[in-house]
Amino acid sequence: MTAEALLALEDVACLRGGRLLFEGLNLRLAPGEAALVTGPNGVGKSSLMRIAAGLLPAAAGRVARAAAALADEKLALDERLTLGRALHFWSGLDGGAAGAGLAEMGLAHLADVPVRMLSTGQRKRAMLARVVASGTPLWLLDEPANGLDAEGQERLTHVMARHRADGGAVLAASHQPLALPGAKTVALA
Amino acid sequence: MIALILRELRLAATGGNAVLPLVFFLLVATLFPFAVGPDGPLLARTGGGALWMAALLAALLPVDRLVEPDRAAGMLDQFAVRGISDEAVAMAKLAGHWLSFGPPLMLAAVPAAALMKLPQEVLLRLELGLLVGTPGLAALTLIVSALIAGLRSTGALAGLLMLPLAVPILIFGAGLVERGGDAGALKLLGAVSLLLVAAAPFAAGAALRAGRD
Repeated sequence: MTAEALLALEDVACLRGGRLLFEGLNLRLAPGEAALVTGPNGVGKSSLMRIAAGLLPAAAGRVARAAAALADEKLALDERLTLGRALHFWSGLDGGAAGAGLAEMGLAHLADVPVRMLSTGQRKRAMLARVVASGTPLWLLDEPANGLDAEGQERLTHVMARHRADGGAVLAASHQPLALPGAKTVALA
Repeated sequence: MIALILRELRLAATGGNAVLPLVFFLLVATLFPFAVGPDGPLLARTGGGALWMAALLAALLPVDRLVEPDRAAGMLDQFAVRGISDEAVAMAKLAGHWLSFGPPLMLAAVPAAALMKLPQEVLLRLELGLLVGTPGLAALTLIVSALIAGLRSTGALAGLLMLPLAVPILIFGAGLVERGGDAGALKLLGAVSLLLVAAAPFAAGAALRAGRD
């Protein structure tokens, strides 16, 4: 991995339950770059995200990455805490700013509401706020637009563009079209 | 690490993991005299062992809530993404769990000993045994919690896994109450507890890693 690549996958293969999902996958993300992972259900999009996050070992190949923030189907915020304090736990570990994440995703007015009270769309926004608040250079977003309303999707587009302009990189997996101008496409089949 | 331990303490305080074992322990101490009758000498003779049994079963109570909620909510994944090792997470959980379980239990042992008519020197030996033994119990709870995280209907399985492994703590803890320190019970209790505490971060950490699939 050269100094400037935030994510480097070299010849990566994924084996799940004895089935080979994909192999020989190469991907490099430099600062400002983005990649969109596409493909039908069960083809290994989420597995690829977990491999990139380091949660699953790759069956073959090499994975190197900078500090990353992951948004998958799990919220990972303490349900009993208020949204602000739950986000603050993570941003405290990451050295980021919870308030910035809340403001970016339009959740500032919900900071004092317990996480368990949030609706599906608000939970999705909260998850993205956790990623924004982390301040890490690499974002791994698994289906980030699911459950978001039009305004939420607009905010998502905006924060991803800002993140890339600030020298970050985004790896996203999605069925819905995501506004990631100039993104590489990783088509799994 | 400190943030992780503080979070465990907060979870224990708000989630009932700290209060339930305590109430359970006191309830057993209250029920035992009803069961064997108000015979003072008999209670004093058997009370120490009964309180150790109660402590052991109280330690078993939070076993399904120590790790599983964090796994299901994706907290463990997020720790791993941040490069926090599973062993460090397990160590923080062990520290937080013992702090919310050990000292309160030792406090509750005072009224419990009064209910059992235990003499003062026996109470002191019980407290000493709990001080040395509860870290071992907490470690065992954590290991079993990490092993069963992600499995369904784990109540009976947790008991089957944990209680046999807790037998040495029970033997030496109760032995210390019965016969005092001269029989070496305290040293053996300490050895068992130390072994469990030393092994717990690695055993639980390996279980967390294996469960991330």
